[in-house]
Amino acid sequence: MLQVSVFLENAKGRLAQVLGDLAEMGVNIKALSLADTKDFGVLRLVVDDAERVEKLLKERLYVVKLTRVWCLQVEDRPGGLAEVLDKLVERGVIVEYMYGFVEKVGELAQIVLRVRDQALMEAAVKDFCIGVSA
Amino acid sequence: MEDKMLEQTLEQTLTRLRETVRQAMRVPHYRESFAGAGIESAEDIKSLADFQMIPVTQKEDLRQNYPMGLFAEPLENIVRIQASSGTTGKMTVVGYTANDIEMWSAAVADALRRGGVTPRDIVQVGYGYGLFTGGLGLHYGSEKLGALTIPLSGGNTERHIMFLRDLKSTVLACTPSYALHIASTAASMGLGPEDFHLRVGVFGAEPWTEAMRAEIQQRLGLENALDIYGLSEIMGPGVAMECAHKNGLHLAPPFYPEILDEKGIILPLGSQGELVLTSLGKEAFPSVRYRTKDLTTLSYGRCACGFCGWSMTRMAGRVDDMLIIRGVNVFPSQIEEAILSVEGLEPHYLIVVDRRGALDYLEVHVEVSAEAVDAISHLEELQETLQQRIYRILGLGVRVRLVEPMSLPRSEGKAVRVKDLRTKDK
Repeated sequence: MLQVSVFLENAKGRLAQVLGDLAEMGVNIKALSLADTKDFGVLRLVVDDAERVEKLLKERLYVVKLTRVWCLQVEDRPGGLAEVLDKLVERGVIVEYMYGFVEKVGELAQIVLRVRDQALMEAAVKDFCIGVSA
Repeated sequence: MEDKMLEQTLEQTLTRLRETVRQAMRVPHYRESFAGAGIESAEDIKSLADFQMIPVTQKEDLRQNYPMGLFAEPLENIVRIQASSGTTGKMTVVGYTANDIEMWSAAVADALRRGGVTPRDIVQVGYGYGLFTGGLGLHYGSEKLGALTIPLSGGNTERHIMFLRDLKSTVLACTPSYALHIASTAASMGLGPEDFHLRVGVFGAEPWTEAMRAEIQQRLGLENALDIYGLSEIMGPGVAMECAHKNGLHLAPPFYPEILDEKGIILPLGSQGELVLTSLGKEAFPSVRYRTKDLTTLSYGRCACGFCGWSMTRMAGRVDDMLIIRGVNVFPSQIEEAILSVEGLEPHYLIVVDRRGALDYLEVHVEVSAEAVDAISHLEELQETLQQRIYRILGLGVRVRLVEPMSLPRSEGKAVRVKDLRTKDK
């Protein structure tokens, strides 16, 4: 799955502005996270048709990058995510960051994961039969 | 051999310097200042040493004689005026006779020819047309050469890009920062060097570095990005320009150069100092030992392009641009070198100087490129790397701030690279 990352300066109203722009473009945000430092932040978004959103944001002069992330389906109960992560750690998968989804798939919760080594992750997902959203 | 040539040149120059002094003496300001140095007529200049006794002319002299107090010809002989952009203060006005315009056009045409521009080229001029000498100066020179000349002027970047693509312009003339802006905007429209037909870039009006040259050449697909130098107080663009061999900027024949140190003492060839120029044969606005405030080094000799005369190294900066931060001399070009050495940063930057308590404080704002965005750790690494590189070059701790692209002001004239808040009242 492709995630849209947007670079934002820490300036008053900047986050509201990008969200306003997304609304204007008719983009529905399915999951998001905001990472920030003293000077700047990175807004990460999961949306339908990431490529189109990337293009539209670039036209409005945002710094945007598409990043490959994983969207895992985990059981919605205490320990559901922990169990999956334990398995991944066992396989040496390094998680750079992750965040949750608003939407559920049936009874399952969804988690967005960015990992360092794609091949390791692919094998682990296959071996442990972890559900992945497209 | 070259010494002999230099000797001959100096002898011929002396005759022409006398003419300049004679022409300048029509102006009360020069008559007075020459008299102060014991020069009552051009015949008093018997040697180069006598000429060197003449006081230098400064920007301030032009301001005090605003608007036309330094014109050496009656207005009916003047066909054009231009004015300085006034980036550093009050505007100054200069004038040209028809002969002056002819001389200027010939100097630009010669410079372009040595840069590899031919009558078959299509020259797209992106310098501002108007009072700024850039646009019209390049335009007349390019037409004189016989090239197809497109007077696009500055601004309207998308039209520039459209013309580059559709009219297949082979030469682009503008400021280096505007060239980069064109390249960045083209990239955001999905266009790259393969969509253009550019061969030669003629970039000037602000100091730029070798690293910037490599960057622009690559982004616009240029064979040669060449540095052109000039200032309205002397003539305009074309006072000097690099040829395709890039062995320094060749000084146009109608000028006599000197290099001075801060105290005004003349330095020998090969030493870096402030460029001081005297025009030879200019009528309306003769320049006499004009302090350009540009820092460079002079040499004399023959180049592979066939040029023979004075050449200067690319401008190291301006006397005015030098910042003194906690006692350390800092030129924006040094910071530009550091920025261009870090992958993931754009060559658009602003240096902000402020004072915190008694300490000078320097912040470098630099735009990030899309490639660098996503992991915070990577962005922080960019910040850290640049801080370290600048520390290594300047021995000075600075703070780097990453900013969004296009958030820093773009210029079509001279790029504003420094914001010094220390002099402002708080």
